[in-house]
Amino acid sequence: MNAQTQSSGRFLYTASVILLCAWVIVPLYFLLINTLSSPDTVNSFPKSFVPEFDLGSLQFFAGFAGMLTALKNSILVAGMTMIMSILIGAPAGYALSRFDFPGKGLFRLLILLTRAFPLPLLALPLAVMFIRTGLDDTVFGLALVHTTLAIPFSVLITFSLFSGIPLELEEAAWTLGCTRLTAFTKVVLPLILPGITASAIFAFVISWNEVFAAAVLTIENRTLTAFLLQNLDTSPLHLKFAGGFILVVPALIFIFAVRKYLFAMWGIANR
Amino acid sequence: MTHRFKLAGAAALALTMGASVAQADVLFWSTQAKPVEEAQAMREQVLGNFSDKVDYQPNDGGPWLTRLQAELQAGSGTIGVLGALHGDFSAMDPENLVDLSDLGVMSSSDTFNNLAKLGTDDAQYIPWMQASYIMAANKKALEHLPEGADIDALTYEQLIAWAANVHEATGEAKFGFPAGPKGLKHRFFQGYLYPSYTNGVVRTFASDAAVTAWEDFRKLWAHTNPASTNFSFLQEQLLSEDVWIAFDHTSRLAQAFNERPDDFVAFPAPAGPTGRGFMPVIAGVAIPKTAPDMDAAKALVAHMLKPETQIATLKATNFFPVVDVALPDDLPPAVQAAGGAVAKMSGAADANPGLLPAGLGSKGGDFNRVFVDAFERIVLANQDIRTVLDDQKGALEAIMNETGAPCWAPDAPSEGACPVE
Amino acid sequence: MNARYLPYLLILPVTLFLCLFFLYPFILVAQQAFSVDGGWSLKNFEDVIGYWKFPISFQNTMLLAAAVVPVQLALALLMATMVNRMKKGRDLILYVWTIPLGISDLAAGIIWLAIFEQSGFLNSMMQAVGAIDRPTNFLSYQNPGIVFLAIALAEIWRATAIMLVILVAGIGLIPKEYYEAAEVFGASPWKRFTRVTLPLLRPSLQTALVLRVILAFEIFAVVAALGGTLFPVLMGETYAYQFDLLNNGAAAAMALIILAISIAFTLIIMRALRVPKGATI
Repeated sequence: MNAQTQSSGRFLYTASVILLCAWVIVPLYFLLINTLSSPDTVNSFPKSFVPEFDLGSLQFFAGFAGMLTALKNSILVAGMTMIMSILIGAPAGYALSRFDFPGKGLFRLLILLTRAFPLPLLALPLAVMFIRTGLDDTVFGLALVHTTLAIPFSVLITFSLFSGIPLELEEAAWTLGCTRLTAFTKVVLPLILPGITASAIFAFVISWNEVFAAAVLTIENRTLTAFLLQNLDTSPLHLKFAGGFILVVPALIFIFAVRKYLFAMWGIANR
Repeated sequence: MTHRFKLAGAAALALTMGASVAQADVLFWSTQAKPVEEAQAMREQVLGNFSDKVDYQPNDGGPWLTRLQAELQAGSGTIGVLGALHGDFSAMDPENLVDLSDLGVMSSSDTFNNLAKLGTDDAQYIPWMQASYIMAANKKALEHLPEGADIDALTYEQLIAWAANVHEATGEAKFGFPAGPKGLKHRFFQGYLYPSYTNGVVRTFASDAAVTAWEDFRKLWAHTNPASTNFSFLQEQLLSEDVWIAFDHTSRLAQAFNERPDDFVAFPAPAGPTGRGFMPVIAGVAIPKTAPDMDAAKALVAHMLKPETQIATLKATNFFPVVDVALPDDLPPAVQAAGGAVAKMSGAADANPGLLPAGLGSKGGDFNRVFVDAFERIVLANQDIRTVLDDQKGALEAIMNETGAPCWAPDAPSEGACPVE
Repeated sequence: MNARYLPYLLILPVTLFLCLFFLYPFILVAQQAFSVDGGWSLKNFEDVIGYWKFPISFQNTMLLAAAVVPVQLALALLMATMVNRMKKGRDLILYVWTIPLGISDLAAGIIWLAIFEQSGFLNSMMQAVGAIDRPTNFLSYQNPGIVFLAIALAEIWRATAIMLVILVAGIGLIPKEYYEAAEVFGASPWKRFTRVTLPLLRPSLQTALVLRVILAFEIFAVVAALGGTLFPVLMGETYAYQFDLLNNGAAAAMALIILAISIAFTLIIMRALRVPKGATI
């Protein structure tokens, strides 16, 4: 009886895992089919469920002048955003979790406000400021704006992670002769590295997918989204799908590349 | 020896000059020719043989405007030449655009050249290319044409009957209308439906004839693909055959004709009780006062108006020339189809051409919203036509009074602001 | 180092950064909302709230958030606990589940439109299994319910991963001993989940919910792709004011209204899931 419930539970568990995986992958598979279809097939009905491997649409983009430069710019901006948002955000996350200080509530609200106001409205004053200060049309300038978008994530995620680590652990390290700093680097930091990776992924993805500021603030140094994505919705169907595919793939590769850091510290976290 | 030295020096000079030219790429900041292949064709075929290097950047309206406003506010910029629709320019302060009257180029249409002055005495932009809205149909739909109907001289009544026939025969509503978020539905009401039924746009907005127009449009809507509220580029639905008969901008139908020229026909918009209303689309090129290299920008504007550039532009974007040129024979199918339909439309005995809204300044968007709101309330929300029109009339009156815009064709001319009667 | 100043030192970089790149432009924009022709006025707010579409777009935004966020929370919790129990293939499964994180809302709109449109994949599938004779129009004004469902599904697909990643990282921090102890006392898996996981996960839950809710109020691109003109939302109206009507004051007013809603909900969530001070475990 018990063994039976266990095995049916096991079955239910496996089935849900598979179902949830399918839920994520199937729509992407449809995108792949459409990307690898000729213009005729993309418009046809009923749709085939096996790609026909027509590379025409992808080849069109391969021959697109400036594609590689735009790709390079996108990666540069996203990388800078990632580093800046963590360096600037994590200390604040630590402060929020460990200290009670006057103005804490206000500070948290400021962080959240940042995310609750649409960037396209802020783009005008930002662009004026950038043109006046010479930050305009630089990869660094755009990374600054994207960092603003990513900071709420990095602060709040690191905050919740630090909060999950018992203060006693740090205090124990202090009694064992660690300073506040070494206790942090030796005890706390390893524990929250997976979380930091999570917020790094956010920062990267936010920057990678951001269109509006990129379109306004870069001219010669266009990012891939500004260069490609913002005009996709007006393009013919087959190119729309191929362009969408080209944008999706690098982000997937990035997440795949860092996924192991997300778990590298698993053993330690599960002391 | 010295000779060779000179050569090397000249080569070096040429090199550095080349470098400096490359640095000063003229930035062409455009809202037109956005689809990726059109942009590519603009870069390669239209701008490739200009003396300087041109950086052609098409943008959505939002970023286009934001960047432009930022440069104007900051007082310095990188944009050399602006490419946009008449409506985009008329929303700008003419002060911010360089006067182009002394450039010596203009379109061959006085009407267009006058519009381009934006109410001042000088050309604020130079008309660059033109298009219009037409009808297109899948050839499969032709057999369902109502008896006695000539596809080149349809009336709205016949169009409704035709759409109904197709609906009945196929079991699906197969008329397509660009009612999506980026669709150009407002132009249909302003330039086609209202002129055809009321011989006006502003004056007759809430007239009894307008009520009839909306009643008829509701009838057409009954045979319109109900997913039309997602359609913004009807070439997609023509190709997927979700739609058999469609109304849209010529360049938004082009892909259907270019991909399967034998499957589709283009024809004029239908006629109503007061004629066959239609309106042009005008795109222009202008120079913002913050342009970094004024001479290069002016040279580029002049280049855009050259006959050979205009033909290259036609092939790249499906927008027609605004200067007199002999069109070559090797035009893409979409251009031939659209050109034929537009010619029939403007040459029709009952033609009732309208003009683009003028003098509305930054209220152009509000003006469009009046018509879009009327559509959403009357057709989508099924509210009473008379009530909605009387309600929207107030908004329209406010816009006209605030801007003081005089009437434009087909409305009868007015002294002062165009009245809503 | 004096511990009294330490927290301020730690938050100084963020504060400076946000003052420069957020607060400064924000104040400039917010000013526009309160000024008409150079004077102080609430006319912009009256205008946007009085517009006939405002109640509909407000209602749509709220309904969508109310439908999507709880499902996402439940789904993310389920996935996170499942990953936590996994022995083999954890890496790969988690990767698959976090994939949508990398997909922008624009791309998600393109993908889901290809599924739901008349000649799309859903109709193809239904025809292949013989469920229908001819393709049905899912995204039409006649079926507002299906349009809503399609948008909600696309949103759930796209944005659950955000919560998942935060929760997975949070669950990883819960010491195993607690589960072992609970097991010794004979707690069922459900009891372990409600008595151990949920309380200890509170900081992460709070973060995930707050971020997700704020983003839910700003939903736009997916709605525009699937709902077309049928499903107005607050953010779409904001952009219409800014870029179609060129009315920056009204757009700023709309954005401030969205901001106010976000703040209200943030405060509610933070109160409901308050993290006990010191977060002693």
